[in-house]
Amino acid sequence: MPKAKVTFQDIGVTVTVPAGTRLIEVSEKVGAGITYGCREGECCTCLTKIVSGGEHLAPPSMLEDQVLKDNLAPRGHRLACQAQILGGDIVVKPA
Amino acid sequence: MVAAALTDNAVEIAPGVHWVGALDPHLRSFDIILKTANGTSYNSYVVRGENGVAIIDTVKENFADDFFRRLETVAKYEEITTIVLNHLEPDHSGALPELLKRAPQAKVYLSSRAQMMLKALLKPTGEPPPEYIPVTTDDTVDLGGRTLRFLHTPYLHWPDTQCTYLEEEGILFTGDIFGCHFCDNRLFNDTVGDFRFSFEYYYAHIMRPFREYVLDAIALIEPLDIQLIAPAHGPVLRHKPRDYVHRYRELATPRLFNEARSEKTLVVFYLSAYGNTRRMAEALAAGAESLGGVRVSLYDLEGGEADIFTDLVEEADGLAFGSPTINADAVKPIWDLLSSLTTVNVKGKLGAAFGSYGWSGEAVRLIEDRLRGLKLRVPVEGLRIKLVPDASELEACRALGEQLARHLTGRVEHREIDLAMLA
Repeated sequence: MPKAKVTFQDIGVTVTVPAGTRLIEVSEKVGAGITYGCREGECCTCLTKIVSGGEHLAPPSMLEDQVLKDNLAPRGHRLACQAQILGGDIVVKPA
Repeated sequence: MVAAALTDNAVEIAPGVHWVGALDPHLRSFDIILKTANGTSYNSYVVRGENGVAIIDTVKENFADDFFRRLETVAKYEEITTIVLNHLEPDHSGALPELLKRAPQAKVYLSSRAQMMLKALLKPTGEPPPEYIPVTTDDTVDLGGRTLRFLHTPYLHWPDTQCTYLEEEGILFTGDIFGCHFCDNRLFNDTVGDFRFSFEYYYAHIMRPFREYVLDAIALIEPLDIQLIAPAHGPVLRHKPRDYVHRYRELATPRLFNEARSEKTLVVFYLSAYGNTRRMAEALAAGAESLGGVRVSLYDLEGGEADIFTDLVEEADGLAFGSPTINADAVKPIWDLLSSLTTVNVKGKLGAAFGSYGWSGEAVRLIEDRLRGLKLRVPVEGLRIKLVPDASELEACRALGEQLARHLTGRVEHREIDLAMLA
């Protein structure tokens, strides 16, 4: 099964995950500082900075794009409850 | 309520500016969590320029009649060009759907985050949304001789909040900021009863959790020439309005004097039935202290009530909670403390849990789940020990404390793990 590596910069942990895993499935298990609200891509609480490797995430849906825009999210940020890891190496930290 | 000074008319607060809100004198409980000793008011305003009329916020739905009656004394619906929404909570947007029906030509100005809330509010009407324009700081609307300038002041106390400044008159429409639940039909702060208790209480319960945003907003507000502050609840502040700006700055500035300014702080709370959780707490505290760079405090919750620790919790960088497990749960004073944190911002603080147990030890996991729910980060797994901790178990508590100190001071070693290894 293809794997990917996600580094949570704020706690210095790199996790090997199966491709297709969402950030929300990993970050709380390892104790990273990304916090969650609605958990369904609406409230923008889990806004996360993609430090590097953003190209390895599945592109945001129209709904995620709208939420990011309405909440004035800077470029290079995604919702952790939506962002799906496809492969490669990704580094993230709370917004 | 004191003898009626108001009629059903709008009240002029400045040339071309009228209050058209509603009084709610019988309300005794607001939003479930606040008490209101003499009720509240929902303040809405009309600003008239040469080329247009603006309505700033509306009122709670069941007071819509009062609002429309007052509004009709100073404007015709077809004259309304502009509706400004400083805040979309139902106590201010209750009459909005009907207002939009009566003035369909009006353009709505709101903050970027308010757009989603506007669509949700209008959902039940089935009507298409009006023309709405998201605005931010320094965007303006020209009414002809009256200019409205917006200030982006989010999270006071919803993500959608903003302020509107009427340049020519120096009037700042602030939404819930500087508001309070106080009902007095004399309307102005220099003529109403003493509302200081209400002003302080409102800040403490509504704005305090967002104090960093308060400071951001005050920085935008202070440079303005302010002749009058017109909030969405309570008295209109026409006499010495800057005093209220100053008071918010005072209230939003950290309360406890911290002698150890450069150090991070870790507060360890515990309860202990037979001294075992206490021993764990002491070892944890010692471990954290041993690393250096962290100021550690240790408190037995049996000796205090939740309220007295609120200031401390607000300013701590890390919080550790020790509880025995009794009847498969953590003990009530821990839950009482964790339930009393809605007035402060704990998001992003470091959290941890530990405890001794006899039979099943559920408390630690339950506390950790609650800490994550409160949006603390829990980077180190909690520690459960059966009955009396032996030497190696106390060493594990010291190691936990040291790990917490490492996380607080950014001295964590990098780790690599596989997701399959975690629960």
